[in-house]
Amino acid sequence: MRADGEAILEVRDLVKHYPLTRGILIRKQIGAVHAVDGVSFDLRRGETLGIVGESGCGKSTVAKLLVSLERPTSGHIRYKGEDVTKLSGRALKAVRRNIQMVFQDPYTSLNPRMTVGDIIGEPFEIHPEVAPKGSRRRRVQELLDVVGLNPEYINRYPHQFSGGQRQRIGIARGLALRPEVIVADEPVSALDVSVQAQVVNLLERLQNEFDLSYVFIAHDLSVVRHISDRVAVMYLGRLAEVGTDAQIYDHPTHPYTQALLSAVPVPDPDARERRERILLTGDVPSPAHPPSGCRFRTRCWKAQEKCARVVPPLEVPDWFREGGGPAAHVSACHYAEERHVVPVREPGAEAPVSWNGP
Amino acid sequence: MPEPDPLDKETITPAGGGAMTLATSDAETLEGGPIPGGTQSGKARSLWSDAWHDLLRSPVFVLSALVIVFLVVIAIRPSLIASGNPLSCDLAKAQEGSQPGHPFGYDTQGCDVYTRVVYGARASITVGVCATAGAALLGGVLGGLAGFFGSWWDALLSRLADVFFGIPIILGGLVFLSMVTSGSVWPVVGFIVLLGWPQISRIARGSVVGAKQHDYVQAARALGAGGTRLLLRHIAPNAVAPVIVVATIALGTYIALEATLSFLGVGLKPPTVSWGIDISNASNQIRNAPHMLLWPAGALSLTVLAFIMLGDAVRDALDPKLR
Amino acid sequence: MEQPATLLDVRDLHVEFRTRDGVAKAVNGVSYSVAAGETLAVLGESGSGKSVTAQAVMGILDSPPGFVTGGEVLFRGRNLLTMGEEHRRRVRGAKLAMIFQDALSSLNPVMTVGAQLGEMYEVHQGMTRKDARARAVQLMDRVRIPAAKERVRDYPHQFSGGMRQRIMIAMALALEPDLIIADEPTTALDVTVQAQVMDLLAELQREYNMGLVLITHDLGVVADVADKIAVMYAGRIVETAPVHELYKRPAHPYTRGLLDSIPRLDHKGQELYAIKGLPPSLTAIPPGCPFNPRCPRAQDICRSDRPPLYAVEPGRASACHFWKETLDES
Repeated sequence: MRADGEAILEVRDLVKHYPLTRGILIRKQIGAVHAVDGVSFDLRRGETLGIVGESGCGKSTVAKLLVSLERPTSGHIRYKGEDVTKLSGRALKAVRRNIQMVFQDPYTSLNPRMTVGDIIGEPFEIHPEVAPKGSRRRRVQELLDVVGLNPEYINRYPHQFSGGQRQRIGIARGLALRPEVIVADEPVSALDVSVQAQVVNLLERLQNEFDLSYVFIAHDLSVVRHISDRVAVMYLGRLAEVGTDAQIYDHPTHPYTQALLSAVPVPDPDARERRERILLTGDVPSPAHPPSGCRFRTRCWKAQEKCARVVPPLEVPDWFREGGGPAAHVSACHYAEERHVVPVREPGAEAPVSWNGP
Repeated sequence: MPEPDPLDKETITPAGGGAMTLATSDAETLEGGPIPGGTQSGKARSLWSDAWHDLLRSPVFVLSALVIVFLVVIAIRPSLIASGNPLSCDLAKAQEGSQPGHPFGYDTQGCDVYTRVVYGARASITVGVCATAGAALLGGVLGGLAGFFGSWWDALLSRLADVFFGIPIILGGLVFLSMVTSGSVWPVVGFIVLLGWPQISRIARGSVVGAKQHDYVQAARALGAGGTRLLLRHIAPNAVAPVIVVATIALGTYIALEATLSFLGVGLKPPTVSWGIDISNASNQIRNAPHMLLWPAGALSLTVLAFIMLGDAVRDALDPKLR
Repeated sequence: MEQPATLLDVRDLHVEFRTRDGVAKAVNGVSYSVAAGETLAVLGESGSGKSVTAQAVMGILDSPPGFVTGGEVLFRGRNLLTMGEEHRRRVRGAKLAMIFQDALSSLNPVMTVGAQLGEMYEVHQGMTRKDARARAVQLMDRVRIPAAKERVRDYPHQFSGGMRQRIMIAMALALEPDLIIADEPTTALDVTVQAQVMDLLAELQREYNMGLVLITHDLGVVADVADKIAVMYAGRIVETAPVHELYKRPAHPYTRGLLDSIPRLDHKGQELYAIKGLPPSLTAIPPGCPFNPRCPRAQDICRSDRPPLYAVEPGRASACHFWKETLDES
């Protein structure tokens, strides 16, 4: 376990509502999109916290809130004890040095009119105290080398690179200020399978090298399991379940997590017969009109009258608490129950160990 | 240590010709190798220089640019190709046709049509260039700020632009310019800027709103960049292309507008030499002296066409969808 | 009339794109076949030519810049590429259908879904508007769109992503085609919705005994539904095999690398295997085996001689000089 327990980011009751307005000059609020609705978690030093969920669940909004691109409607984000949401101006700029972001789309996250050197060097222009002027070019070349790109490419433009190479440039920019926390919003989902593995490995290597803490947001559950120490499952603006990778994937107790995991297509044709699929009916409700009580109840096969009435708290369910074991982790369900849904490869069919050529 | 990476020092022949040696820095440099796409042959090519290379390969651009350069040169120094004085006329030669040394013939006043057509370029180009510069500057800045800041500033500016959009150009010109006694180009330039900026500001606003949403702007914000940096470094360079395209095409239409206003007698007035005035003078002589109309009208059409074609070529080169 | 078992037979197809940056050889001799009731997955990364092949088969290639420069596309034994335009259009509309990744842009935003579904019957079968509309409702029921009777009057943007993809499937099914080509049909959808749509597609395929060509980059989806797989790389098929064999014992280093580079859902795993380098530019495909610059097994012969598709086992082929070694190691 890499994490040593000390929380570097503490998120408490984070809420972000986007007002829905009508009218051009005189705006009238007619409702709100509940993008994030009371999310709390800790990020510990050196760990990777994965956040998974389907589109519209609010995970990207959480990312934007963490790096102060959006202001929360209410709630706190404490970085080393200091509430970031209250900061502005110089103080905010100082915190930004330590919390950086890697974006999803390598094609829109780099300014097409700037050279790679200018893109990676921009953090130093904004924070001149980090690197004196004379050393910046060298620092940029070092960064290119660190992310596995040829330092001679410093004068090239983004459109001369492939998606994977661009994502490396984006990572180099995120690293420039030596942040302690990197929030990565779907950093590999736009990449091809073979390139995706390269970037995942790079992120893991950088984490060890620079002692980074990651918030890794993705919809690909396999990638999240691979990279994360702990995983948070999000549904319609709230956390459904949080635990270590083994707790969530091998011992899920929230019905939504179970449905999500059972729906992931596994690259093993033998699993076709063995797997148990939980097919959810219907679509995710609109975040402008979330259901009362438990958000998942409209699609849940276990829903009772209580689920519409009482919001299930994100706690370790009482009936698991005493027994301990892997099922004893926080789960926001009144009727939490352990269920194995991920097909485990039979020992005989185990894939060969990775090879690296003859 | 693994075996030598086959990518190391591999020679790749790009389609554009010329072999290129790429050396990767170390075995971990998984992607330090070739750069995909067809741009290997060039070293560092920005989007602007790419667009410029495309333009040079477009016959439409080369042709229209040559015409425009020629027009600008004679607008500055008409005496280079016309030795006469457009204002020294000989009534005795009124409406005479083509003759040696005077290929375009004479107009009603007995002025040499060739000299007047050549000198007329100055008024057209001055009005076109100055009005476009003014409208692009005013519209670009106002529209850009509206797009960037949004909220009430945007709402206010958009309504103001709508008001100016609503003014019929010809009617507005008749009313506004008939109050002005000077026949010089400046009142006309001012009038066109006043009515032309909303068009540019709409484009600029839309293109800034589009550029603002890109992740690279968010990335700069996350780094702590201030508004000025965001606007000048990230948004403006990526929003300016459509403004350039629209302004180039507008330049042609502004020249035509000046001629129209002059034709109606509210634009430029004699002694300023203008194609519009000459077309106006020729219009009631079209039966007996068609050459009086033909040459200034031809020059006007050619100029307008050249700018519009230039704008088209520029749009093709800057269109991000092709990249 | 005797019907051949094979529905679609693509033979040695070549497609190139002539752009200002040179000629991009997108498809370089692709052959595959699909029989009724069979699912062929065409697996490849972006730029592998998997979608271009399908576009050429459907005759919807953007031309220019794209040109079919060789090969045959046999549908029930008749070459679609040389068929008259009129005839081909009739075959394509009624017997071959395609499902695209982006359902929203494939549906007409200003027509109700009922009108769009009904149009298929009006144009191809000469039905009256009323009958066509009734069939549209049946079809929407068939792809399990709730309250089809009311929703038939809705516009595409009023449906969710998953529902839109169902409408696309309904449109493809309307004329009961023999073969459906689905190009990344679930890529834009969330996992839970993806599972619903894939299940529906598989069920309908069984019911109508259709051939299905599933184009995807997702090794998980392939494992779930495919009968056989064609793996594409740089415009070529590098390996074909029945699904179980391919996953168990890949016979091409590229397939092997792909399988090893995906993270697992059932355990955390160590560092991922990563295929080094990048897919080649289609304007400058390396000589010899196109995969040789990235291949851990590459020898001199791989840099000089282009490997043919070697027959590995009955129904299996691999375009690797060292298929035997690759297979044995698995």
